[in-house]
Amino acid sequence: MRRFEPLIERALLACALLSIGTTAGIIIVLAVETIAFLREVPVVDFLFGTEWTPLFATPRFGVLPLVVGTILVSAIALVVALPTGLLSAIYLSEYADPRLRRIVKPVLEILAGVPTVVYGYFALLFVTPLLQRIIPGLAGFNALGPGIVMGIMILPLVSSLAEDAMQAVPRGLREGSYALGATRMQTSIRVVVPAAFSGITAACILAASRAIGETMIVAIAAGQQPRLTWNPLVPIETMTAYIVQVSLGDTPQGTLEYRTIFAVGMLLFLGTFLLNLASAWLRARFREEYT
Amino acid sequence: MTSASHPVRSLAGVAARAGQPASNRPTKIQVERLNFYYGRTRALEDISLGIQPNLVTAFIGPSGCGKSTFLRALNRMNDIIPGTRVEGRVLIDETDIYGPGVDVVALRRQVGMVFQKSNPFPKSIFDNIAYGLRINGMAGSRAELAARVEESLRQAALWDEVKDRLHQSALALSGGQQQRLCIARALAIRPEILLMDEPASALDPIATQRIEELVYELKKTYTIVIVTHNMQQAARVSDRTAFFWLGRLVEYDTTERIFTNPAEKLTEDYVTGRFG
Amino acid sequence: MKASPPYAAVRHLLDRAFQVLALVVLCLALAALAVLIIDVWRDGASRLSWTFLTSYPSRRAADAGIWHALTGSIFVILVTALLAVPIGAAAAIYLEEYGGRSLAARVVEINIANLAAVPSIIYGLLGLGLFVRALQMGRSVLAGASTLALLVLPVIILATREALRAVPPSIREGSYALGATKWQTVWYQVLPVALPGILTGTILALSRAIGETAPLITIGALTFVAFAPDGLWSPFTVLPIQIFNWVSRPQPEFQVNAGAAIVVLLVLLLAMNATAIWLRDRYQKKLS
Repeated sequence: MRRFEPLIERALLACALLSIGTTAGIIIVLAVETIAFLREVPVVDFLFGTEWTPLFATPRFGVLPLVVGTILVSAIALVVALPTGLLSAIYLSEYADPRLRRIVKPVLEILAGVPTVVYGYFALLFVTPLLQRIIPGLAGFNALGPGIVMGIMILPLVSSLAEDAMQAVPRGLREGSYALGATRMQTSIRVVVPAAFSGITAACILAASRAIGETMIVAIAAGQQPRLTWNPLVPIETMTAYIVQVSLGDTPQGTLEYRTIFAVGMLLFLGTFLLNLASAWLRARFREEYT
Repeated sequence: MTSASHPVRSLAGVAARAGQPASNRPTKIQVERLNFYYGRTRALEDISLGIQPNLVTAFIGPSGCGKSTFLRALNRMNDIIPGTRVEGRVLIDETDIYGPGVDVVALRRQVGMVFQKSNPFPKSIFDNIAYGLRINGMAGSRAELAARVEESLRQAALWDEVKDRLHQSALALSGGQQQRLCIARALAIRPEILLMDEPASALDPIATQRIEELVYELKKTYTIVIVTHNMQQAARVSDRTAFFWLGRLVEYDTTERIFTNPAEKLTEDYVTGRFG
Repeated sequence: MKASPPYAAVRHLLDRAFQVLALVVLCLALAALAVLIIDVWRDGASRLSWTFLTSYPSRRAADAGIWHALTGSIFVILVTALLAVPIGAAAAIYLEEYGGRSLAARVVEINIANLAAVPSIIYGLLGLGLFVRALQMGRSVLAGASTLALLVLPVIILATREALRAVPPSIREGSYALGATKWQTVWYQVLPVALPGILTGTILALSRAIGETAPLITIGALTFVAFAPDGLWSPFTVLPIQIFNWVSRPQPEFQVNAGAAIVVLLVLLLAMNATAIWLRDRYQKKLS
């Protein structure tokens, strides 16, 4: 029986290495198709072109409309999520008593656990009509509605990560501030938040990464019209929604149109990967400061 | 403090004198110039001594002096901690347990250990004891298994108290009972040597007394090494005593000699309570 | 040195105002959740019925049901669990009990942390390229479950590691001292104690997977499937995709269907999460 132990250990190691295989798989799959794509479409045209019409008779492969659309929706989401998430984190970390925290935190977790398809439904059928009553020119598909809803979805992420960062700040710093006669608001904003700055920034960057990679909310409510615009009131298309659009259709495999989803996917992967890297680096530096 | 009584300077000579067995019995465990490192820190320095069979040997000394580390070196439990290193030899029955090709698992069957804080498994009383038998391939039929379990519980003076609830959780026992269960568990696999790391330090006086009586009984069958910070316990229970200080062996002799007429001033200061 | 009275009063006022603002913001967030649930319920509750649960989709909204999608979801999740849990637990055991501080273990850890933050649609592209095409599984339940398994693997590994870490080291020490090998200690002592924690983490991970839409659309889970899956190689659809399908239709009747299907999905999620929390509470009591 004991003879098998080295085998068991090797099997366990293989399972652990599978995760590296996953990353390798992602990179290989995306790279193979992207390279094939870039053989037919010059990189410059792809990255800097301003028209995205790969499924038209005269296809254009400039990805900027998708990128701008993604950034537009994500920016709206962050405008909603960052201030509210931070305020919520400050309240939970510096003001709330344990009973309140015990109730509020699980509820915030629920917000984070709602499937994005449900948020998309909410954005299309509740938020946009509501906004249309306030903003007369708002189209049925737009960036504003899904942006706001995405912000609500990301809020718990910002709140819990920022709160963790603030909790890691040593009590001594706060006590020093209170001992000088500062109020809780002054201590929170002027002492705790700056002390937790890199941790909070890491949280914001991670939230941005999450927003950029989000698919269903925008696929349902933002539209399928790639448009190079910063106007949040008209239909646009994000990178993720484009991938969904093509996947739903009948594009045959191996064609240039099919390869576009991998090229866009590669761009998305690189963007979120860099953001995640930055966030992780900041978090590691933050931990060094306080442990 | 005058230089004559300064502890450190006298240690080198002490180390040379310590470790000589007083009687002519063959030693069960012979330690030769053992050095132990946690990373770069040396925790044990040049320890040499011989532990004799069927006696109780006590290790005493102030906290942090290395006595627990030394105890754990005798069954290679320190191997579990990453970054540790051993120099020197530990011979059990003339075989260096740190030599190449030594089966650590078999060693630990032969040299049992009881920990300071009792650690029964979250299983039934019966399964706690049966576990050691099963993994060492010593469990035969159900009847044999049950017989072995009863035998070890009797040896640990626990049988009468638990015989009606063998299949209840071990965690429901009192602190003293749990510790006796851990002793039974260690005895079940029939070791030759039993290492006990402050076995009664977490127990009340009555439970402590029962453990001490147990140790006295067990030495007829086993070689026992016990670490204790309680000097009265060492004086009550052991035949030979080794005094450690700052990772070195200061003095090793019969218990009577150590406590009534020690050779080293440092030992005398410790046992009379002048420090530690 | 005393602060002049007006300044002190202003400071306290600001502090109060800030506290109120933060609390209001928090309540707004929670209110948003409540509004969402109420809205969905209002839209879809009328459609809920046993027929709805057991019918197949149809051109006419009033006749359409979710049986195919519901069975598809449950089947896919079960296969995902069968794939992801053993591999994830094994990887976590390696990292926690064997890997230690070795370079390989550190690289794997960093890698897993990174994978946990990759957008789910990228996993869909991976599944498309690897499972559907390279391994030729086609648009099958197996391809979908494999893709989801890769997606939840980091979460399961992290949850299992937490559960393993919670096992007191004294249990391991006691086992080693009796002459047990590492695997004997892991299998007979550590895993049984960690099992409830592992189960809890797994159920939570799977409850996220059951709401995933994008990766399954990408690997080609059809939106117009009209039958329950009949095997690993069968085409399939899942509840979130059916919801997506209905929401995308302009007719309000289909949107009502979508609302009803959402209610079913949320109830399913609630049941899974409640089970996970119940498990965790019950076994936490048992250990102490």
